[in-house]
Amino acid sequence: MRIKCPYCGERALEEFTYRGDATVTRPKSLDPAAADAWVDYVYLRDNPSGLHKEYWHHSAGCHSWLVVTRNMSTHEIVSVEFAGKGDSQ
Amino acid sequence: MVTMRYSLASLLANAVTGNRYWKPIWREPEPKPSYDVVIVGGGGHGLATAHYLAKEHGITNVAVVEKSYLGSGNVGRNTTIVRSNYLLPGNLPFYEWSMKLWEGLEQDLNYNTMVSQRGVLNVFHSDPQRDAYARRGNAMRLNGVDAELLDREQVRALVPFVDFDNARFPIRGGLLQPRGGTVRHDAVAWGYARAADSRGVDIIQNCAATGFRIENGRILGVETEKGFIGAKKVALTCAGNSTRVASMAGLRLPIESHSVQAFVTEGVKPLIDVVMTFGAGHFYVSQSDKGGLVFGGDIEGYNSYAQRGNLPVIEDVCEGGMALMPVIGRLRILRSWGGLLDMTMDGSPIIDLTPIQGLYLNAGWCYGGFKATPASGFCFAHLIAKGEPHKLAAAYRLDRFASGRVIDEKGMGAQPNLH
Repeated sequence: MRIKCPYCGERALEEFTYRGDATVTRPKSLDPAAADAWVDYVYLRDNPSGLHKEYWHHSAGCHSWLVVTRNMSTHEIVSVEFAGKGDSQ
Repeated sequence: MVTMRYSLASLLANAVTGNRYWKPIWREPEPKPSYDVVIVGGGGHGLATAHYLAKEHGITNVAVVEKSYLGSGNVGRNTTIVRSNYLLPGNLPFYEWSMKLWEGLEQDLNYNTMVSQRGVLNVFHSDPQRDAYARRGNAMRLNGVDAELLDREQVRALVPFVDFDNARFPIRGGLLQPRGGTVRHDAVAWGYARAADSRGVDIIQNCAATGFRIENGRILGVETEKGFIGAKKVALTCAGNSTRVASMAGLRLPIESHSVQAFVTEGVKPLIDVVMTFGAGHFYVSQSDKGGLVFGGDIEGYNSYAQRGNLPVIEDVCEGGMALMPVIGRLRILRSWGGLLDMTMDGSPIIDLTPIQGLYLNAGWCYGGFKATPASGFCFAHLIAKGEPHKLAAAYRLDRFASGRVIDEKGMGAQPNLH
């Protein structure tokens, strides 16, 4: 598996560090009433067998955080974008 | 069908008649319209659950539906190691019960599963690591599990060929669980299948579950490739695919699917007669009865359903192997393959009721499900029959993530690829 970093170009898997699901959203509220939303965010995952959006860090490269869209069953990478455009993390 | 009981006499009788009269060891029935219990997933855990439901609880109107053939999934993809060298209270008594069931399994099933208690040796390379292993060994002994802290010379007596004076990772000693070892994994599937079938359980292969019929919060049965099968109770044992199957019932689980690879080399003469793990990297090894070294290491580290891995982990595993035992440097690898893991958010499994009445969940075995097979089936059968958790599996609750009662052996937090 190789990942095409938008800044550095295509690089080997060893240069990247995996973080996980990029679709979960950190709740804004710290109110105890939001506990369920926090459990969802920290623990529960859709874990699809098809396309999965996920965070990768180019830790042995440019240090960009990336959102990679990858097929879980074939490892085919559909798109790679810089993270941080949204407000999820 | 009357199941033939295996014995020395049956072996001899079949040998002298040219092995022409052996019979299939389980039936291949078509599904009935309904059952008391339908188990989804005919791997080790599902078949063990069926066996203990029939044997311990007298519940025999049971079907096991399996999407492929028996032994095609994780029960035939693991590295066959059994051990109970855990640290935490929720895990230790459960895995020790599993170890005890392994010890009596062949007599229980009347099937040769080749249980080999050759010992599991974890070597350590520094004083702090010795302290950590001493603590683990003490936790084991407090729970009645066998554990011995070995010094360097005692390790040398067991595995004289390892690199004791590696410049970076010299070997200072090891923690040994003498009762740990290996079990022939596909024979576990076949043995449990035969035992369950002989008590009347229907094992239905090549029959994937495609959905669940649920009304007013209660399960009514399973939609399958062979039509609808009604059920008073439905039990999920599909680790690797748990989230995918549970999502058909509208459940979202604290689980991600990951891959781990395993390897086997060409056969060599007897070299290593224990299961050994490297303490400074992730590499573990044992030798099969055919002579091949069976070894593995870290999980791949990213979500996957592919049942295969990538080259960086292969390189990492082989580097670990070479650091520990340079003697294997010229051996050729015959095969490598991947298994599909339910990685939970705390690295421990789930055996529990679900919010849907009549739907039971057995999931989240991470990369350690094989050793748990007997206890998992035993405790899950108890849960299904009695409606309440067996005391040995009472900590494996689905709501422990929300309540904060996680069982995190490695202390890694909610990051499945690090467990």
